[in-house]
Amino acid sequence: MVNEVLFWIVAVMTVIPSLSLLFAKRPVHIAMSIVTVMVGLAAAYVGLGAPFLGVVQIVVYTGAVMMMFLFVLMLVGVDSTEDLKETIKGQKWIAFAGSIGLAILLIAVIGKVTVQPRNEGPVGDPYPIAIQLFEDYVLVMEVLGFLLITSAVGALVLTHVPRLKPRRAQVDVAKARVLAGADPVNKPMPGVYARHNALDIPALDPEGKPIEHSVSRVLKIRSQTQDGAEFRAQLEDPGHPGNVAESKDGDDK
Amino acid sequence: MNPMNYVILAAILFSIGSAAVLLRRNAIVAFMGVELMLNAANLALVAFSKIYGHLDGQIMAFFVMVVAAAEVVVGLAIIITVFRARQTISLDEPAELKG
Repeated sequence: MVNEVLFWIVAVMTVIPSLSLLFAKRPVHIAMSIVTVMVGLAAAYVGLGAPFLGVVQIVVYTGAVMMMFLFVLMLVGVDSTEDLKETIKGQKWIAFAGSIGLAILLIAVIGKVTVQPRNEGPVGDPYPIAIQLFEDYVLVMEVLGFLLITSAVGALVLTHVPRLKPRRAQVDVAKARVLAGADPVNKPMPGVYARHNALDIPALDPEGKPIEHSVSRVLKIRSQTQDGAEFRAQLEDPGHPGNVAESKDGDDK
Repeated sequence: MNPMNYVILAAILFSIGSAAVLLRRNAIVAFMGVELMLNAANLALVAFSKIYGHLDGQIMAFFVMVVAAAEVVVGLAIIITVFRARQTISLDEPAELKG
């Protein structure tokens, strides 16, 4: 009635990864092994005639809950090391003894029980589950709805951080820039003597004077700028050797 | 094979979860131990549902899952809030309150 092979596979698949909860160092490894445990439990549910619960187990636990654990690990810092200094003396051994005692007690009590399992139990398909949920347990379903909404709002409230400074919109940024004395409009483009790729030559203002800040600051730092006087001289002297070279250079570009 | 074996498996998983809650200092790992305990209870409920031929056990396991999901949401939010306040999620930190 219950597949024995499936039971042993599930037992190995759940107990061994869950031991990482006790012995593994890094929280991410623990989370991933708990995911394995959840998948094993889903297989057990399907084997026990609860296919709906098996699917819900995978969707809710491996899909949502453990991923949320991973998100919180990411927020908190993956390599948050655990300090192994004991505040309560001998806490480790007391905890081990208590847990093993609990296991022995539970197994002894369960081992004494004799039950006569029914051979034909109902299969927990979605349809009979839905009939039960929305007929016998409809009030519980509604209360669970309240619970879920409350927990969602609670999580929002708990993780909400109030804004310390007022939000800076684009209008505020522009106003602050004008108040600081900056040009409200774009800088004039460089390159009035466009004899080559002339980003290094300042623009001219309406009076014919060069506007120095129209040339990129980077070019000035690298001293790659040229002033207009040199080009004017070249223009007036057609036999200038640099003139020919420059124009060839310009053709290439 | 008797479905009571699944109940024994659930007991073992529950004990491992409780040991994790008692042993680990990292709040998130202890919280995963709580999750494992809830899942062990679920496994026992589903096994009982199989044994007694009722769907009620499965319905209860479903309700436990819903409550566990709500609990995880609030618990992790609390962990994040504690981390923001004290820059650690060690469960030993409240012992510092002794002064």
